[in-house]
Formats: sequence, structure tokens, C-alpha cells
Amino acid sequence: MMMIDWSNFTPWASLAGGIALGLAAAIFILVNGRILGISGIVGGLLHPLKGDVVWRLTFVAGVLAAPVLYKLLATPAAVRIDAGLPTIVIAGLLVGLGTRYGSGCTSGHGVCGLSRLSPRSMVATLAFMGAGFVTVFIVRHVLG
Amino acid sequence: MYLSRISEFVAGLLFGIGLMVAGMTDPGKVLGFLDLAGAWDPSLAFVMGGAILIGFFAFMIAKKRTLTFLGGALHLPKATAIDRRLVVGGLLFGVGWGLAGFCPGPALVSMAMGQPKALVFVAAMLAGMKMFEVLERRTATV
Repeated sequence: MMMIDWSNFTPWASLAGGIALGLAAAIFILVNGRILGISGIVGGLLHPLKGDVVWRLTFVAGVLAAPVLYKLLATPAAVRIDAGLPTIVIAGLLVGLGTRYGSGCTSGHGVCGLSRLSPRSMVATLAFMGAGFVTVFIVRHVLG
Repeated sequence: MYLSRISEFVAGLLFGIGLMVAGMTDPGKVLGFLDLAGAWDPSLAFVMGGAILIGFFAFMIAKKRTLTFLGGALHLPKATAIDRRLVVGGLLFGVGWGLAGFCPGPALVSMAMGQPKALVFVAAMLAGMKMFEVLERRTATV
């Protein structure tokens, strides 16, 4: 039987945030002609090609500026990072390697890929969501 | 040209703010969504729903065009292969996501919010991406 965590459930904020993500992806494809995929955009900076760098940097600068603007408008909600440093390092390595190997992450495959009904992105999304569910199950309910 | 730059920056800004509003920059919340067997927080399904609702129409328009609104090239992905790289890559990413609760975008925003652990995560993520580059170049030259 599934138990819903009603105390932390934020359907409206999450829907609104999701719509903002969709609008950002819409601007990026229709105005800039690019897929809004964070891992691909950042990964491309690690083997810079001529004429293929500036758009990546401008976009990343916008992402990094987001908390600055947000803080002017509202107080950011408190965040909880439970993982210890060794786990953070292993997780970061896996996320970096996996997203490049699988050609995308939650934004490129999950948002853009599913939006354009790409079977390839659907498989990738099922793979990372599935692995995420299983990993949390093992950490919290088998080992924990 | 400067219009492209403004648009890229605005897209990044809107994306980052969207992640914060949605709750994606809180690993505790992300893991609450991934924890189906515990007290499950379905919020992130609403993030995906909202994003895809808009994205669906955006890409419907994009598919019918050859140029962007600014007259530039429109780069839609050409890859369609569902191969081992895609699945294994996705699985590795999912394990990392489940361990820390960070995926790449929220990790960048969280780092910019001044979270030391997010900075460590981003450094490790860049190292993982660099590992991919090195491995790819080795296989490419064999």
C-alpha cells in the first residue's frame, strides 16, 4: 500500500516550477535552436570546439544567476542534503559519467526528449528513473 | 547576435528559477519522490507534467520549422539508436541521482546558492564527465 507524504507535497509550486522549465526549454529550442540539456551543455565545455563555447557559457551563467535573482524576490526554502561527502563524490562521478555515456539527463531526456516523444529518451528516462527508485529503496529499506 | 545571448541567458535564468520553485534543488525532496516504499512525495511528477505540457507544444512547433525565430539553425537531435550505451549510461546516472538526490541542473543551482556539498558534487560530476571524454578518445583512437 502506497503512503503519500502529504506534509511535503507541493503540487502547485512543483507544477509552476515545471511550467517554467518547459518555457525555458521552449525558448532554447525555438529562439536558440538548441536542446536544453544540462549535461550535454556542460559536458561540451570539457572538449571545447571553436564557435561552440559562448552559447554554453551564457546559458550556464543564467542558471548560476538564478539563485541571486530568486533571493531578491523570495526566501529560498531550506534544503536537506543527507548524503555524506564520500557518497556525494561517488554520486557526482556516476552522474557525470552516466549522463555523458547516456547522452542526457533529467532535462535533455526527461523534459525535452519526452516532450518531443522520442523513444530513445523514453528508454533513457525509464533507465535513470528506475535506477533512482531502486537505489533509494536499497539505501533506505535494505541497508538503512 | 546579442539577441541570442540574451535569450540563452534568460533561458538559463528561467530554468534555474523553475528548478528552485519546483523543489528540485532540495535533494531531500527529490529523494522523497524516489522513495516509493517510504512516505512518498509525488511533487516531482508535477514538475515533469508541467514541463512536458509546455515542451510538447514547443517541440511540435520546432519540428515544423527549419530555422529558429531569429533565423538561426535549429538543432533537433538526430540520434534514434536505443543501444547499450544509452541504457547503461541512464542506469549509472540513476544510481548517482538516487545516492545524492542531485541531477546536473539542480546541482549547479544549489552550488550557486552556496551549498558546499553541491560544490563537491559538481566537481565530482565534472570529473566524471572528463572521464567520459578520456575514455571516448581512447576508444576512438584504437
